[in-house]
Amino acid sequence: MSLLEVSGLGIGFGGLRAVDNVGFSAEPGEIVSIIGPNGAGKTTLFNMISGVYLPDSGHVRLDGQDVTAAEPHRLARMGLTRTFQNLQIFQEMTVLENVIVGFHQSESGSLIADLLALPAARRRSQIARAQAQELLKRVRLDKAAEELAGNLSYGALKRLEIARALAMQPRVLLLDEPAAGCNAVETEEIDHLIAELAQSGIAILLVEHDMKMVMRISNHIVVLDHGEKIAEGSPESVSKNPAVIAAYLGAGDEESVDADS
Amino acid sequence: MKLSSKWMQLAALAVLVAVLPLFFPSGYYYRVGALIFVNGLAVTGLVILIGYAGQISLGHAGFAGIGGYACALAPAHLGLPPSLSILLGAVISAVLAVLIGKPILRLRGYYLAVATLGFGILVSMVLTNERALTGGPDGMAVQGLALRKILRGWGWKLSSGEFWYILSALAMLVGVWIALNLFQSATGRAMRALHGSEVAARTVGIDVARLKLQAFVISAVYASVAGSLLALQNQFVTPDIAGFMHSIEMVTMAVLGGVGSVLGAVTGSAILTLLPQVLTVFAEYEQLVLGLVMILVMIFLPRGLLPSIAAKLKGRGE
Repeated sequence: MSLLEVSGLGIGFGGLRAVDNVGFSAEPGEIVSIIGPNGAGKTTLFNMISGVYLPDSGHVRLDGQDVTAAEPHRLARMGLTRTFQNLQIFQEMTVLENVIVGFHQSESGSLIADLLALPAARRRSQIARAQAQELLKRVRLDKAAEELAGNLSYGALKRLEIARALAMQPRVLLLDEPAAGCNAVETEEIDHLIAELAQSGIAILLVEHDMKMVMRISNHIVVLDHGEKIAEGSPESVSKNPAVIAAYLGAGDEESVDADS
Repeated sequence: MKLSSKWMQLAALAVLVAVLPLFFPSGYYYRVGALIFVNGLAVTGLVILIGYAGQISLGHAGFAGIGGYACALAPAHLGLPPSLSILLGAVISAVLAVLIGKPILRLRGYYLAVATLGFGILVSMVLTNERALTGGPDGMAVQGLALRKILRGWGWKLSSGEFWYILSALAMLVGVWIALNLFQSATGRAMRALHGSEVAARTVGIDVARLKLQAFVISAVYASVAGSLLALQNQFVTPDIAGFMHSIEMVTMAVLGGVGSVLGAVTGSAILTLLPQVLTVFAEYEQLVLGLVMILVMIFLPRGLLPSIAAKLKGRGE
């Protein structure tokens, strides 16, 4: 039994099968990348796994338990969370507060205690605050803790989003283009961070256009094209697969496996 | 927000409340002050709903109406003392807020605004049309609070104006204290998070529907208690308390002062309660000037008075 098991997953919008019959699995500490040309259905697949879209066929299993129809906040509480391709940051809150929100499950208690600022509520908040500060150090944002998140650079926000997801101590983490729009230095930082997270035992699902990064850090690659899985395997085998090369180079598409950004 | 800033804000407000009467030219201003504080309480509730959780309501006067009429009806028909009637009104408002909040908080933006608007109109129509019970559009008398007599028994002789000034101020201060507690708590932070991005809030395990409902219920209780205090100090209540104009007035106060900030809400209440009193010299142009002031504030200080001014001061300091 795998930690995360996706089988036969599919969804259609109108007449279009955006994702059809896709399956794969992920183990603790493994980095599984999902690649494919634009519009292949990578983000749609993420949206189904994380409970944002309801698939019309197939199953998602977490630790053998069927979580296909579970809402995002339930999945989050079970240890599956994600980041977003287009950043989803709480702009009007401070950097530190953004991460504290990630500790919501451990921090939240009774509403009455929160309204009256009872000692129990204050203690919970203090613990969450201290833990959030630790996480900010880990993504090297501790100096910006009290700044409004909206004032941070793009690359910093990408790391902030990861820190917020880590606050939930996920077992499965879905990263949707964590390095998109980042410069070379920022990309390398994120690269190291992801490898570090996998080493700590988190199963990572990665959607990323930076092929160098994908080939370097993935254990396993799933290739999508037009919503279907066309190949799967180790980075070496996938990069030599004729179907994959055709998907990237063929049909008049000017994208290539390693020049794609 | 720093930990101490909560107590700084509360202390500033308390000092202001205590010092203001020294400048009152006549006893009449105690009444105006009490009205400001009651409005401030209701608007603080709206700050939780609109400013924290990002949900709009154009029908919160409906809850004020329930609180007001609870204090009129419960003593007359159930023999409940007015003080307990405040509580009864708050409980009824909370239950009603859960019942209507569950379905309508699924709506967003304009649709939520219209749904809450409908609720407010519904309450005000019931209060207007159930003549046998509520006296219809003419309203009904409300028993006074026994507390003032008790205080007098202890040798503390307060005029009605002074008594309501103090009581309303205390109610508002408690309301502000609770709202500031909430701001820094897990629940308040989660509300602000869902305001920022609902999808992201969900992915960190926040039950968005539940939190919206909590914000709605809390703000309904604020409005209800404010409505009760209004009815008790006027010793009279009419369906206008639940009317559309009252709902709009509450939202306007919140937005004018700065909907993200509790002290801003109190400032907004003070200005919109005082301005009509000051503007009486303009006689029939009063409404015109009032409208103009609001338009100008929204153009030049779009985040509301207090946050905009605070941001300007901060910018200059750096």
